[in-house]
Amino acid sequence: MKKLLNSLFVTSPDVYLSLNGENIVVKKEKERIGRVPLHNLEAVYTFGYSGASPSLMGACAEKDISLVFLTKNGRFLARVIGESKGNVVLRKTQYRISDDEQLSATIARNFIIGKIYNNKWILERATRDYSLRIDVSLFKETSKRLSETIQEVGSVRDLDLLRGYEGQAAIMYNKVFDQMILQQKEDFFFKGRNRRPPLDNVNAMLSFAYTLLANDVATALEGVGLDAYVGFLHRDRPGRASLALDVMEELRGVYADRFVISLINKKVVNNNDFVAKENGAVIMTDQSRKKFLKAWQDKKQEKIKHPYLGEKISWGLVPHVQSMLLARHLRGDLDEYPPFLWK
Amino acid sequence: MDSNEEADLLLSGIQHFQFCKRQWALIHVEQQWEENVRTVEGQHIHKKADQPFIKEKRKNKLIVRALPVQSDELGATGICDVVEFIEDKDGVPIQNSKESYVPVPVEYKRGKPKKDNSDILQLTAQAMCLEEMLLCEVSVGYIFYNELKHRVEIPITHLNKVKVRQMFREMHSYFDDRHTPKVKTGPHCKSCSLQNVCLPELMKKQSVSKYIERKINE
Ligand code: SF4
Repeated sequence: MKKLLNSLFVTSPDVYLSLNGENIVVKKEKERIGRVPLHNLEAVYTFGYSGASPSLMGACAEKDISLVFLTKNGRFLARVIGESKGNVVLRKTQYRISDDEQLSATIARNFIIGKIYNNKWILERATRDYSLRIDVSLFKETSKRLSETIQEVGSVRDLDLLRGYEGQAAIMYNKVFDQMILQQKEDFFFKGRNRRPPLDNVNAMLSFAYTLLANDVATALEGVGLDAYVGFLHRDRPGRASLALDVMEELRGVYADRFVISLINKKVVNNNDFVAKENGAVIMTDQSRKKFLKAWQDKKQEKIKHPYLGEKISWGLVPHVQSMLLARHLRGDLDEYPPFLWK
Repeated sequence: MDSNEEADLLLSGIQHFQFCKRQWALIHVEQQWEENVRTVEGQHIHKKADQPFIKEKRKNKLIVRALPVQSDELGATGICDVVEFIEDKDGVPIQNSKESYVPVPVEYKRGKPKKDNSDILQLTAQAMCLEEMLLCEVSVGYIFYNELKHRVEIPITHLNKVKVRQMFREMHSYFDDRHTPKVKTGPHCKSCSLQNVCLPELMKKQSVSKYIERKINE
């Protein structure tokens, strides 16, 4: 199995990245403040507007290191992609399926099954671990209804219907989400999802986690030769990594939501880590973003057993493995796309 | 056989195909290789081409290195490491030369003779290309094994030619369908450089629909 390498997060907004030999050199106002060898890096995330030299971009593209530019607040700007692998055949299959709503639906269905299944088990785990703190009967009831939805989704062959079921399941899950926040309740609450801008601490963190995850997934998809911008469930829209969003569906809850909840419940973050702007937008402070990224990196190292492969892998490789499995399905090796079904 | 150049397969693919059909398809159909094989071969030709086309004359021999060869019948192209043209009155005339010759392909291998006969089949395929290009008969070739430090004589047999034809027919059918076959995995997978993209484990796995069904009914 592929090895998980390190990610480099460059959080100061006013630094410039360049290449020196086989190293990334980080410069601030012409002064060198850091130097990192490229060879054990998998991804570089920069937060800010300064940029990187074309020679560094070239080196990253060549070595399959994903180089991602985000705004200071973690909004996605651009990603450097190298020459794609010689997988024209695979991409053509992907485009052909994407053009066909019915074929798309059979793959999209499994993303949704994965998503609802995982969210169901998030609730089940919560009832097991915190039975005295949460409304167990409500959780059990929601879990049961999610199970029923999964069964119904199993026979759906229509994208709009699928989206309908997905929306329904999301409403049920979001209704109980707030109860899983067990600490610092006055500062951290979930009344519903909002973004652009996020209006509370929890949404600010969710947005940030989703951005990171979306990039990891997009990079993994491109890495196996798929086009991250052509999706099955999410239709093409300029500049939108639709396939990355598709694959991400099943990982949102189990990867990003749980991560955010645990930062709150373990009190890794607190209210001082957030600033509310005049327009109501809530942003994370530089300090809290650093804590967040550190924890994100640690989470990637944690091991789990992949439910379909049965192999132990780290969380950080899950996007890569799912991308590979999707490619193998498109190639005809697998009868269906196996979603990541977590429990 | 399609003589369109794009459909030509590489002679060197015989090695991969013999080792594992899936490995061959991953490399030649899916091009899942750090470096696409064609570019590797391209560099190979290039390196040799940079030197003046080496043609030595030794007594009754003309030695040509890195000779590109091709066969319409097989739908294949490749490069012979060395072809020795031996003067022979029963041979065929070649360009810029008064004598007639029989070509003898010589292939260089790093290791020692393999258990499978992929080296022999590759040599046979080269011989078939030469026969087709020069309209002659090639009855013998050599493989030089670096570890043995000497060459082994290989008769070009009818039986091996039949095998080569069958092999290319099969490779073409996979290639035309852009199909990567599933195969029986085994100990050879351990030494396969493409394990990560092949995921040999997948071939032993239950169907995905059963996996999903089992999981959601647990
Ligand atoms: S891992 Fe095994 S089955 Fe897969 S290509 Fe290699 S040798 Fe063939």
